[in-house]
Amino acid sequence: MSVKKFMYVNRKAPYGTIYALESLEVVLIGAAFDQDVSLAFIGDGVYELTKGQKTDGIGQKNFSPTYSALGDYDVTKIYVEKESLEERGLALDDLQHLVWEDEDDDWAEKDSIRLLSRAELADVMAEQDILLSF
Amino acid sequence: MALLHTVNKSPFESKTFDICLDYAKEGSTVLLIEDGVYAATTGNSAADKIKNASGVTFAVLGPDLQARGLEGKLADGIKVVDYEGFVNLAAEHDSVQSWL
Repeated sequence: MSVKKFMYVNRKAPYGTIYALESLEVVLIGAAFDQDVSLAFIGDGVYELTKGQKTDGIGQKNFSPTYSALGDYDVTKIYVEKESLEERGLALDDLQHLVWEDEDDDWAEKDSIRLLSRAELADVMAEQDILLSF
Repeated sequence: MALLHTVNKSPFESKTFDICLDYAKEGSTVLLIEDGVYAATTGNSAADKIKNASGVTFAVLGPDLQARGLEGKLADGIKVVDYEGFVNLAAEHDSVQSWL
């Protein structure tokens, strides 16, 4: 089976709806199939990656630590749209620091998050074989 | 008649917050809950709208803000309440309008 380029497009804030959690679960399941996977966070989707989420007060599971496990599943391309962050008064520093270990480079730790402009992300999106939208 | 308005949608994905502000008269309170709490954070267009809404009191539900990791981004002049505070606000106002 040939490897296809899969992109999961995340546009929803966490907790208010189930989309963010469902997307993450599908990504983790899909990671077992050795495809070329990337995640895009645009619009309110950027809120999924904020650091310091603490959900005890709302009685929901805090699934944000799971994003840091994506590198272990060979999900190493996490695109975050620059304009979406700026419109929301956020900066890269407000997000979790997500990394992966490159086995071809003596397991060097590398950043997973790539900050792209809207135009750049549109280009990457257009290169995909399969788009899954959440 | 002083109303308590609640907004539970992100101001960036829905017009609900804007519509609520159009209806929020002087003396009323707007309580931001669930994804509505994003309007209570600094450095975005919602923050400016809150600043310009004179005579309206703004509050945010603390547990929803904490869940989203945004306690440190709370804009000035917005009161943080817990669930008990939510109940008190509902009791103190004549009626509650839940903008969904």
